[in-house]
Amino acid sequence: MALLDIKNLNVTFDTNDGQVHAVNGIDMSLERGETLGIVGESGSGKSQLAFSIMGLLARNGRATGSVKFDGQEILNAPLKTLNDVRAEHIAMIFQDPMTSLNPYMRVSDQMAEVLTLHHGLSKSAAVAESVRMLDAVRIPDARGRARLYPHEFSGGMRQRVMIAMALLCKPDVLIADEPTTALDVTVQAQIMKLLDDLQTEFGMAMILITHDLGVVAGSCERVMVMYGGRVMEKSPTDPVFADPTHPYTQGLLAAIPRVDQKGDKLSAIPGSPPNMSRPPAGCPFAPRCDYVMEVCQTTMPPLETFAPGRERACFAGIDTVRAGPKHHEDLPMEAAADDTGGMDIGDPEMNMLDALTDRPTTEEMADDNR
Amino acid sequence: MFGFILRRFAVAIPTLLLLIVASFLLMHMAPGGPFTQERALPPQVLANINAKYGLDQPVLVQLWNYLSGVVFRFDFGPSFEYPDRTVNQVIAAGFPVTLTYGMISFVVAVLVGCALGTAAAIRHNTWLDYLAVGISIGAQVLPNFVMAPILVLVFTLILGWLPGGGWSWSDPAFWIMPVIALSTSYMASIARITRASMLEVLSSNHIRTARAKGLPESKVILRHALKPALLPVISYLGPAFVSMITGSVVIDMYFSTGGIGKAFVDSALNRDYAVMMGVTILIGALTILFSLVVDILYAWIDPKIRY
Repeated sequence: MALLDIKNLNVTFDTNDGQVHAVNGIDMSLERGETLGIVGESGSGKSQLAFSIMGLLARNGRATGSVKFDGQEILNAPLKTLNDVRAEHIAMIFQDPMTSLNPYMRVSDQMAEVLTLHHGLSKSAAVAESVRMLDAVRIPDARGRARLYPHEFSGGMRQRVMIAMALLCKPDVLIADEPTTALDVTVQAQIMKLLDDLQTEFGMAMILITHDLGVVAGSCERVMVMYGGRVMEKSPTDPVFADPTHPYTQGLLAAIPRVDQKGDKLSAIPGSPPNMSRPPAGCPFAPRCDYVMEVCQTTMPPLETFAPGRERACFAGIDTVRAGPKHHEDLPMEAAADDTGGMDIGDPEMNMLDALTDRPTTEEMADDNR
Repeated sequence: MFGFILRRFAVAIPTLLLLIVASFLLMHMAPGGPFTQERALPPQVLANINAKYGLDQPVLVQLWNYLSGVVFRFDFGPSFEYPDRTVNQVIAAGFPVTLTYGMISFVVAVLVGCALGTAAAIRHNTWLDYLAVGISIGAQVLPNFVMAPILVLVFTLILGWLPGGGWSWSDPAFWIMPVIALSTSYMASIARITRASMLEVLSSNHIRTARAKGLPESKVILRHALKPALLPVISYLGPAFVSMITGSVVIDMYFSTGGIGKAFVDSALNRDYAVMMGVTILIGALTILFSLVVDILYAWIDPKIRY
């Protein structure tokens, strides 16, 4: 039995613009000790998938389907059940270490409360264990630093604190939601190395959410590619890079700038992700796909196994995709932007779905004239 | 921190002096005087009275006499209206009353307001939220000069439960209606501020982290959300506390409590310079003191603030 078993998971948000469908019918599973990468651009629903596993959706979010941890249903479970699983069995590291720690509490106190809560340790024993864990994430002078407040740490150090905090109870699953996005590049590498090392050390399973395929290549055994709240492809990591069989994955890989290829042109996937408050009837990637067919507009292709451990959701034949796009040329950056038909995509990190789902309560608040 | 408090007091002294000078000069610039009456007094009598109170001297000399009295002898001078009482006596008689019902009102407003606001935020968009918002809007739009007579009508005239006015140090029944009338609008403001700020805090990232730790919701609220949510409330409470303990003319008039709220307004009407100055200085000093208290509380709550 898989450690984490997710069946037909749907996440929707009620907003003033109607219902936003962030996650649509996702099936996935995670075995003990393995590392699964979830890849997708901003707004593909990968963070909301993670939040729904932990029961941490924003107030206007609703999840349906099934999430079983070790055979026990935890989706929409009573808070009591959920609180026993959180931190103790499934822990999470968030995207933004600058705001994810409580700025009003000493680091030692924030960490110690996890252990006093789940393991019934005394305050002093819990603090001692927290210091040990800060040491394990290579924070120098852990004993002295534990007494500080979060604002006295740098971004990378705060993410180390978050990691240490998540590992306190030696969880079975660690969900890392873009753990390096907010950090600068040199620190990113250190944090990823640290996560790799710790995973081996603690023998836990890890779900690594990222939009960085390089990170996936370095750390994950399996990868799941998401787009528009749906699974596009599931596969062991290496074949995805060697032999991409889904048009979206192919586009993502083509968009990675490579040092071994000369040229000043950057490849991009033209267009922008769909507005999930009016989800497309067919494949969400169809409007941007090089291999699009009539059927793609009306029907979502099912996930089908085509090789051991490899699944893809696409109507286009594998060989067609392997042959490469008919007119897929490297576009200069300006041309890529023009391709959206002059429409302003805005900040690529801040598309429609993000605006609607990541900050819903702020939006609600603006509306009820406080 | 200690240095910060010392510095704040050092700034407070010139601020207070400036307040005294400005209000003194403003008052003397207004036409008329304490002894101007509809039926003119004989010129000789008026001259004698003015000489007795030193009003015949140049304004700057009067100012100096007043300032030196306040600063060196803590003497705010005699009341012009009641020749047998000094300003110190007027304040000593009225201030304990307003201080008492003001402080009780403050405690009631803070406890009820914070509880109501927090409950509304936790149960956002449920009937409890709508009820709390409804109550606070209602309490805010109902002015205390409407509320006071309604209270008297209901609790004194119809039900006969509470005395309709006056003040007794031994019988708290006299305190109830002044406290209700004074505290409701403050309670409403506190509830609204608490609700808005609690809603914002509850959707912040560090609260999500707290939930991810498996903490029960009560601990999430009390240990992680309450402190940051109360910061905006505290900056409101400083000035609110001062205006509550220095009384309200409406409360003093309707309930005949004899507090300094009424003394202040009477002194303005009677041109009783001395009482007016005394109360102004009292309110000014308290305002300065409590904005300092607010700053200290801020530093205590938020570790990022260091003075």
